[in-house]
Amino acid sequence: MKSGIRWGLVIFITPVLVWLTVLILLPQVDMFIMSIRAENELGEMGFSLANFKLFFLEPIYWRTFARTAIFSILVTFLTFLITMPIAFYITKVVSPKFQGFLSVLILMPFWVSELVRVYGWMILLRESGVINHFLIKFGLLNKPIEMLYNDATMITGLVYTSMLFMLVPLLSVLESLDNSLIEAAYDLGGSVWSIAVRIVIPHCLPGIVSGSIVVFMLTLGNYLTPNLMGGKNGLWFTEQIYNQFIASFNWNQGSAFGFLLLILSSAIIWLGLKLTKQRLGKVVQ
Amino acid sequence: MIRNIPQTKAYSQGFRLYIILYFIFLFAPLAVTCVLAFNDSMFPSLPWKGFTLEWFTGHTLERTGIFNDQINLDSIWVSFKVAFFVSLLSTFVGTMGAFLFEQEDFPFKNLLFFLMLAPLVIPGVILGISILLFSNTLGLFFETHFGLDVGLFRPGFWLVVLGQFSFITTIVTLIVSARLKKFDHTLEEAAMNLGATRYETIVHITLKFLRPAILGAMAVSFLMSFENFNTTLFLVGSQATLPINLYLQVRDGSTPVINAISVLMIGGTSLLALANLYFSKQER
Amino acid sequence: MQTDLSVVNVIKKFQDFTAVDSVSFDVEKGRFFSILGPSGCGKTTLLRMISGFFEPTGGTIEIKGKNMAGIPPNKRPVNLIFQNLALFPMMNVGQNIAFGLERQNEKRSVIKRKTGKMLERVGLPGFENKKVDQLSGGQKQRVAIARSLILDPTVLLLDEPLGALDLKLREQMKIELKTLQTQVGTTFVYITHDQSEALVMSDHVAVMNEGKFEQVDTPRNLYAKPLTPFVARFVGENNQWSAKITGIEDTQDERVAMIKTPEGNVFKTIFRENLNTGDDIDLFLRPESLLLEPDPSIETLNRFNIIVKSILFDGANSRILALLPESDREIQISLPQTRQFDHIQPGDKIESGWSPESGITFPREKVVP
Repeated sequence: MKSGIRWGLVIFITPVLVWLTVLILLPQVDMFIMSIRAENELGEMGFSLANFKLFFLEPIYWRTFARTAIFSILVTFLTFLITMPIAFYITKVVSPKFQGFLSVLILMPFWVSELVRVYGWMILLRESGVINHFLIKFGLLNKPIEMLYNDATMITGLVYTSMLFMLVPLLSVLESLDNSLIEAAYDLGGSVWSIAVRIVIPHCLPGIVSGSIVVFMLTLGNYLTPNLMGGKNGLWFTEQIYNQFIASFNWNQGSAFGFLLLILSSAIIWLGLKLTKQRLGKVVQ
Repeated sequence: MIRNIPQTKAYSQGFRLYIILYFIFLFAPLAVTCVLAFNDSMFPSLPWKGFTLEWFTGHTLERTGIFNDQINLDSIWVSFKVAFFVSLLSTFVGTMGAFLFEQEDFPFKNLLFFLMLAPLVIPGVILGISILLFSNTLGLFFETHFGLDVGLFRPGFWLVVLGQFSFITTIVTLIVSARLKKFDHTLEEAAMNLGATRYETIVHITLKFLRPAILGAMAVSFLMSFENFNTTLFLVGSQATLPINLYLQVRDGSTPVINAISVLMIGGTSLLALANLYFSKQER
Repeated sequence: MQTDLSVVNVIKKFQDFTAVDSVSFDVEKGRFFSILGPSGCGKTTLLRMISGFFEPTGGTIEIKGKNMAGIPPNKRPVNLIFQNLALFPMMNVGQNIAFGLERQNEKRSVIKRKTGKMLERVGLPGFENKKVDQLSGGQKQRVAIARSLILDPTVLLLDEPLGALDLKLREQMKIELKTLQTQVGTTFVYITHDQSEALVMSDHVAVMNEGKFEQVDTPRNLYAKPLTPFVARFVGENNQWSAKITGIEDTQDERVAMIKTPEGNVFKTIFRENLNTGDDIDLFLRPESLLLEPDPSIETLNRFNIIVKSILFDGANSRILALLPESDREIQISLPQTRQFDHIQPGDKIESGWSPESGITFPREKVVP
């Protein structure tokens, strides 16, 4: 086994290397190279930081960028707040008879395409939508109001889309929390609040972090939900990228934006891991 | 508090109310979408004007049901084909990846592992554009140096497959690795001790053990591919996949045909999800 | 003497299953009280009712004279040591011990001082900053007890906390726990299925079976004067022998029965139960009350012959496994390692004997088919 070529290793590593090099590593490098090239005064392509300069000079770009980042963090936090009690209820409170049924039921909607889910929200919320119909029917409104196309509905949509990715790690990490720890804390005089803060949350931290990373990343990179549910004057940064690529056909500028988004997502995830003292390799499992 | 501690009424009732509200929040958009697919109206909205199946089977000019709507049917077929190739490819490579990271040892293993996880941290949109850029660069390279015009490098079917494959394979690797971690290596050693070769051991022992996880990962990758929007958006050529096609229709206004398609998708994915659940139950 | 814990007619039903069936007992202040029973006998349920994790279906639980009905676990002056100890892995030793005091909004400086003192008391001074998973099994044990004792509970409940330890450590912890309890003077209620733990540590032991208390007594009485066949079998080892009463003699302070076994042996034994001539009985004889090759000069002994089948060597706990001649009834007899009996070999026919005082008799149990 020691001498010669380890065929097992070669067979396993070749497809993986091809995949990661050709589809992940080289495209990212290429994108970076594209982003630092621009036309000079003579119309020739060459090295330039003009694309990045433009980003900082045009308020609409960096404001959209900041807005996207802040809203993504907000969405991540809201998703955690909403799903944590659900995960706790399913793993610790509800009688074991219903546990399996509830956990299947709660994950079911997420198997459906994001587009269908966003579409569902649209026909619920829009001016001629179902909610308006009922509000008028019950006399709570006299004329329909537009509930779509603002930041609140966009956030609702993003939270809705992201919940699965928070629920799954939370369910598994709560499953591993020994009930006797909660009982012991209760027996020692703990209240609901102190047990949550001192026992449950610290135990769930790896799951919370991994859920948050995925939710944050997916929200940041989401195009569909902000585009269909967000307001016309509240752009998402992915829309800026799309515009540069498809509408303006300025691939160098688009690459610079893409690269910035990548840096942002890596930086915030890195910061999150540092703050909670977790490691990516561990969190993923 | 938890189920075997006596709890106050307010606590348990409050909790139950929250759960009910959550479920309403969860299912309302889907339920409404499904119900309105059967409404005898030109728009997917209330009031209810009676039950109809025309948005599925209709073939008048005014109401073309999904079964007669060639553009949408085509996009469904494209999505199927994409999902088929993506699930096959990514299951194959992902399983290799699981074996590689769980069973082999080599220099820079950690580095490669992190590179494997990278698609989890790279937004889908970025994956899409970077692959678009790189394929374009390659296309230019082949054209200028060899005078070849390679169709693969232009947005289109195979680029969509590759784009989705690039991140779905990571998910497959993680799913299969999780199962492989639970594998008792003494079983392999026992098989080899009884005279099996490494190849026979993998086929008869390890892959048998992994089968539920591999099938589950295949189902997951099929679904993820079928529904993918963000990465596909930049790579799609003239053949639109279903989500892209639906997106264009939703953006420009809507007819109950979209609801009808949604009903089919909800039904189909639920079936696949249940099948997946069945397999993962078997795993235990 | 003040009564710390008083349990009166407590019942717990789960649907149709009665886990605890009208149990009553009192524990006086500063006592070490054990509840001994096989698994599934309801002892954990009883403990969880005292600590407040279950509401009893009927009956009352009073602590220091105060009815505990409706008071949640975090408001009761009792603390529970869990079977798996339930130390909080997300905190260090000091934080674990301080947890209860922090919940009472005690001042930081007071908590720090008390924690340090408590750690000293359980023999772990300066362990505040250790992580829970750095501790050995015995140390974890002590931290768990310190974590509860720091709250100065009226009663400390212990749910088989020694179960997870290995044999040597268990022996050591038994003595340590008893010493600690005497030192702090807190009332302990300890449940276990291990009779040796119960007998070594306790002032009083309740033997529990199928939701009921069979007997509550001192360890010595439990062993010497079991009140039910279950206690006789469960506490210590016993040889069980069926017999029939052929006659009764009443002397000044005891009743002596003449009995005959199916094998034809005729013995004398004292008895307490209300029995008459002709009754079928079960006779229990402890291995150590059977003597080997007894001195012929002792007249009062019951004597019978045995054939040595095998010798079960186990140090101080060695036994002879013997058969009665022309019978397949097996009997275990203690084999003292005093070298006096070294000559005994399997196959030997020897004499054994026992004194009428050491016989334990009960009316024959009806055999449940």
